[in-house]
Amino acid sequence: MRPVFWMLAFVGFVFLYAPIVVLVVYSFNASELVTVWGGFSLRWYGALFSDAQIGQAFRLSLLIAATSATLAVVLGTMTALALVRIGGFWGRPILAGMATAPLVMPEVITGLSLLLLFVAMERTVGWPAGRGIATVILAHSVFCLAYVAVVVQSRLLGLEESLEEAAADLGARPYEVMRDVTLPLIAPALAAGWLLAFTLSLDDVVVASFVSGPGASTLPMVIFSKVRLGVSPDVNALATLIIVAVALGLIGALILVRRQR
Amino acid sequence: MTAPLSSPGTAGSHPPTPARRAGGRQGGGFRLIIVLLPLLFLSVFFAAPFLVVAAISLGDPMLARPPYTPLFGPDGFQGDLENYAFLLTDSLYLSAYLNAVKIAAVATLLALLIGYPMAYVIATSPEPRRAVLLMLVVLPFWTSFLLRVYALIGLMNTNGLINSVLSTLGVIDAPLVMRQTVFAVYVGTVYTYLPFMILPLYAALVRRDESLAEAAADLGAGAWTVFFTVTLPLSLPGVVAGSMLVFIPVIGEYVIPALLGGPDSLMIGQVLWNAFFSARDWPLAASVAVVMLGVVVLPLLFLRRVVEAR
Repeated sequence: MRPVFWMLAFVGFVFLYAPIVVLVVYSFNASELVTVWGGFSLRWYGALFSDAQIGQAFRLSLLIAATSATLAVVLGTMTALALVRIGGFWGRPILAGMATAPLVMPEVITGLSLLLLFVAMERTVGWPAGRGIATVILAHSVFCLAYVAVVVQSRLLGLEESLEEAAADLGARPYEVMRDVTLPLIAPALAAGWLLAFTLSLDDVVVASFVSGPGASTLPMVIFSKVRLGVSPDVNALATLIIVAVALGLIGALILVRRQR
Repeated sequence: MTAPLSSPGTAGSHPPTPARRAGGRQGGGFRLIIVLLPLLFLSVFFAAPFLVVAAISLGDPMLARPPYTPLFGPDGFQGDLENYAFLLTDSLYLSAYLNAVKIAAVATLLALLIGYPMAYVIATSPEPRRAVLLMLVVLPFWTSFLLRVYALIGLMNTNGLINSVLSTLGVIDAPLVMRQTVFAVYVGTVYTYLPFMILPLYAALVRRDESLAEAAADLGAGAWTVFFTVTLPLSLPGVVAGSMLVFIPVIGEYVIPALLGGPDSLMIGQVLWNAFFSARDWPLAASVAVVMLGVVVLPLLFLRRVVEAR
């Protein structure tokens, strides 16, 4: 049985990586035609770096991703603490449900419902005036929060409560227990959750398309409109850079986590 | 997600000391903030939007800003179920819903068939190799979803790499039509959602009690018998969780059918997108979302039950 499963798994891994490998290889293609190999060249990387629209969208996306990831870590950690450490309070099932549902909620529903909320809010309370960076940040924080909450919850569940209890027994106030004991213990999960949220925000095209406004096109929105027109080699170059950055970040995070143990 | 109901007073191995109880009373405000802030944030930005969507779905489109009639006009309540009646009678919408459910179901099954052997191999590998294989699954998940769909376009285009390799080798005379078909949508969904299937399966397989399988083998069961009667049933929670993590979001998928699919793979997510962005009919888009939510809610509740039961 094992050889069969190994063979199937091998095919699965090939399926997972072959398209990425082809994408990376063709980013170094000198030819303008995507299927014809015209020799090694870095011209598409040059084209990418001189593309002002992509550069601007990239900076905007970084800003949105960093802000919404930070917001998501603060609120997601609170959610996880409320669910795991505070436990039986009124409304716990509601909070648990609202913290899980965004994980699987179809993006078109999240995007449309948030946009309609922002429009209704603008009409009734006058905020947000128009849509743009702020609305995208808020929308991203909602679904990123759910991912952070899952990561932090699993870390909290794996922790012995005895350290926190000892601190409390010795007279530390709850916020002191939090600051001096709990937060340092769950720090790796906070970092992992932040990175996850950052990546998810940087990747989102559907929700951003709904809640963004004129002049606030994120990088995925720009890529999406390019890709709809057809395959273009500079997108291959961009994809390669993103893949390399993600791989380096992930390997770095793994090394950090291993060292901490 | 799997938090047991544990209040701080009962979770420890010893009864709360006076100091702790006093601390608990002093920390009431602190606790309140930790519970209330996320509850408030999610109520406003996750729950309330659904009410707004439901309210707008009862209205009609109007040339104004915002482009829909308010729920309460000068003559009082003026909402109606016109949009829903339209959805039910127009064959385009009905078939887009059925198509989405069908594509999501088939893609889930395919992801399970491809993902299970991978999860099994990872879970049964010794430690250094297991971590590497697990990272190989997680890496694409962290890489941009959009760019992974893009990678498939380059492969499956009529003048794409697969066709040019096959015709160079003389396997085919005319290029295969892969893009803009349902087939391409299946490939795209399985390709992008595979990690969501593998990770819960892996978690379930790692957690299972290996000694049960060993006992079955000792009693003379063959490898396949052990797998189908012991290992597979033990991993069922992972199967259900992974399937829901694929099935539910794929129902509303927009990017994959828009970039890889064709006319016969029209999914409800595209219909919603077009109603909103092309037709600018916000109330209709809202009613499409409400019905989609109805389709998604049952599997969502099912997922919660499975996760809580762990």
